[in-house]
Amino acid sequence: MDSRGRNSVVLGGEEFHMPAISKRTIGFVVIIVVGLIFLVTTFYKVGADEVGIIRRFGRYSRTTQPGLHLKWPFGIETLKKPKVKRNFTQEFGFRTVKPGVLTQIRKTGYADESLMLTGDLNVGVVEWIVQYKIEDPKAYLFNVREAEETIRDIAEVAMRLSVGDGSVDEVLTFGKMDIAEEVRERLQAVLDAYELGIQIILVALQDVNPPDKVKPAFDEVNSAMQDKDKLIQEARREYNEVVPRASGEAEKMIKEAEGYAVERVNTARGDAQKFMALWREYRNAKDVTKRRLYLETIQEVIPRLEKKYIIDDGVKGLMPLLGITPQAGGAK
Amino acid sequence: MRPNKVILLIVVVIFGLIIINSAFFIVDQTKQAIITQFGKPIREVKEPGLKVKWPFIQRVILFDKRLLQWDGRPTRIPTLDKKYIWVDTCARWRIISPLKFLESVEGNESIAQAKLDNIIEGAVRNRIADNALIEVVRNSNRPIYTTQVSSGGAEVRVQKEVEEIEVGREKITRAILEDAAEKTLALGIELVDVRIKRINYVETVRERVFERMIAERLQMAAQYRSQGEGEKSKILGDKEIQLKTILSQAYRQSQEIKGQADAEATKIYADAFKKDPEFYSFVKTLEIYKNTLDENTWLILTTDSDYLKYLKSLPPGG
Repeated sequence: MDSRGRNSVVLGGEEFHMPAISKRTIGFVVIIVVGLIFLVTTFYKVGADEVGIIRRFGRYSRTTQPGLHLKWPFGIETLKKPKVKRNFTQEFGFRTVKPGVLTQIRKTGYADESLMLTGDLNVGVVEWIVQYKIEDPKAYLFNVREAEETIRDIAEVAMRLSVGDGSVDEVLTFGKMDIAEEVRERLQAVLDAYELGIQIILVALQDVNPPDKVKPAFDEVNSAMQDKDKLIQEARREYNEVVPRASGEAEKMIKEAEGYAVERVNTARGDAQKFMALWREYRNAKDVTKRRLYLETIQEVIPRLEKKYIIDDGVKGLMPLLGITPQAGGAK
Repeated sequence: MRPNKVILLIVVVIFGLIIINSAFFIVDQTKQAIITQFGKPIREVKEPGLKVKWPFIQRVILFDKRLLQWDGRPTRIPTLDKKYIWVDTCARWRIISPLKFLESVEGNESIAQAKLDNIIEGAVRNRIADNALIEVVRNSNRPIYTTQVSSGGAEVRVQKEVEEIEVGREKITRAILEDAAEKTLALGIELVDVRIKRINYVETVRERVFERMIAERLQMAAQYRSQGEGEKSKILGDKEIQLKTILSQAYRQSQEIKGQADAEATKIYADAFKKDPEFYSFVKTLEIYKNTLDENTWLILTTDSDYLKYLKSLPPGG
């Protein structure tokens, strides 16, 4: 700038006049800019699920709770805000592509993570999750560089240690809870030794399967189990159909016998009473009664007979005449 | 103020800033530093904060102080029992002596990682090859359980026969760590932990393992089915026994009842008829005549019979 004018610029031999900017204006702008930077680097907000970790000249200074706070400006103090209230989840053997009501997950390409050897030298495909939160934000920020990778690595280490110590049946079915708990404990212990400042909330085995090639054989066991149940059910049904019916028949047989007994005894009593009554009368007039009974019978019987032959003592050898053979139902 | 005085002031301020910038340095909480003078290391700074050094002649080199990751490549290794497996290891390390680290790997982390590759992978290879597969897979001799079908048909857990181990995975990894940690110290590196992350059968072995697993399962399936058949036969046998028992008992009971009734009837008859057996046989005989003689019966009588005696002659004096 020369004496001709402070606010002019010479470009290609021509002089351009610039609008007049006073010293005061420049000073004002500088103050505004510096002030803004001051404000932005001094005030900070810590969210409800975070804490503020303040470093002064790189050295840890203090931890601040949620709310609005002040710190030294211009990079003298710097801020990191780890989310200590949030639960983080790591997935192994699968990835959630789209969470929501209909969660979409992808399983292919993660066989390296999920395929593992069991203690009986079989192979299982284990998908699991690890949930954790930052328990000690200072330790989490300052002690381990690759915190997330460390959790993932050790989670795999711990899972394979536990799975490697059980049978494939334990891993697939009844040992899942025990394995998950063992993994949680071991993972926590190792991470504590690393002073990672992480708390493992949950280790859960999600989908545990035999390898694809072996799956049909496992399914075969299940269907055999069902076949077995079916056979037993069938036999039980037949049993339950036949045995109660037999019980009914037995009851009927007994009731019939009881009926017979009642009838038999009553008949006997009746007969006996009838005889006794008759006998009592007979005792009073023996001869007459006997004769009367005899003749009454004759009277009743004789008329019924169609063929009656009367033979006198004098006539002999009449039997052949009548064509009677002894077998032909003569003297019935 | 004269213009050259202003210029002088500006120069002094700028120069002062440069000196301050060169004299002070910040060591972060996660870092450690080495101060070099004309390229020669003078001292280590391990405490974080604002530090001072001689400007211009001293330089500061920063290193990470945190636990660092080492992730191995999967390596194909034969075990002592000649089974080929893929072994994938991971490790954690930290720079314990920045000075040695600077001297041995030029303070370069990539070079350090490459050296760690050699050291750790070598140790892994040696230790795995010295042990049987089962020692690498298993960690303890805790009993292993499997499901089986009991003779009663229920699914039960039974202990599975497996080889006993003498070492176990954790002891093997400890040994790997000891082997390797010794060597990394010279690099200014403390190897904090080495772990076997993954073990897998190589393809060919895997196929055979799958075949064995399939055979094991099919045998279980056959067992279930035969147990089902057995159970069924047992129930049907039970059914036969029940059936025969119920019906024969009922028969016995009904015969008993009938017998008792017959006995009672017999006694009633006898009690009545023994009063006058003669009269009873007379009455009963008459009753039999009534019941047995019908129209098909031929009656052949002689005139001597009681019935016809009057037909022949009147009794005298009648």
